[in-house]
Amino acid sequence: MIEVLLFAQLQEEVGKDKVRLDIKEITVKEIKHQLQTQFDLSQIEESLVAVNEAYALEDDVIRSGDTVAIIPPVSGG
Amino acid sequence: MRNKMFEIVEDSISVESLIEKVEDRNAGAITTFIGTVREITGEKKTVYLEYQAYKPMAEKMLAQIGKEINQRWSDTKVAITHRIGSLDISEIAVVIAVSSPHRKPAYQANEYAIERIKQIVPIWKKEQWENGEAWIGDQLENVPYRAGKPDIKDEDHD
Repeated sequence: MIEVLLFAQLQEEVGKDKVRLDIKEITVKEIKHQLQTQFDLSQIEESLVAVNEAYALEDDVIRSGDTVAIIPPVSGG
Repeated sequence: MRNKMFEIVEDSISVESLIEKVEDRNAGAITTFIGTVREITGEKKTVYLEYQAYKPMAEKMLAQIGKEINQRWSDTKVAITHRIGSLDISEIAVVIAVSSPHRKPAYQANEYAIERIKQIVPIWKKEQWENGEAWIGDQLENVPYRAGKPDIKDEDHD
């Protein structure tokens, strides 16, 4: 099970702040593709992915138990 | 540590408390940056703002910015607090305090901090206008995400 946290626009599009994927292992690139297919998210291409609260690269592998966050372009400050 | 140097809060921020966090007997300067909610952006009139954060990661990223500053400008002390939730016009959204033995690093490091916040800290702003609303992204307009990852490591040394 991989928990995926959603924020801002993405959270509103899906209608919840987290989704759970029943997957054992997946790359960052693949999970973006899967979320895009499943939820038709508008900003997935320009979003970054954080795994366990650290930015991850496209080829990094996510495993069951990891917490994933989809990070659309930030606008703090 | 008694006070958290890098913090996401839901209540109003006391500028004085951040100054106290960076006070040091060897400091000769303390700079503060206070980011406030602006009413007019372009042709749009904001009624209020809503900030959201991925809180644990945002605090980690603020701490990372502090670390980067300590590496670039020695003997600096940094404290950053960002507020989330609903903010009215003129309310304080972020405060950055930097102390340093001399004034120049304190100014430079403070500016560096706000630029980095806009790059790497997972906080989002939703503007509420009189006739609509929108989540704002990529305020820097330099598409920092095209490479797939923001500039997390410091590259230019000045």
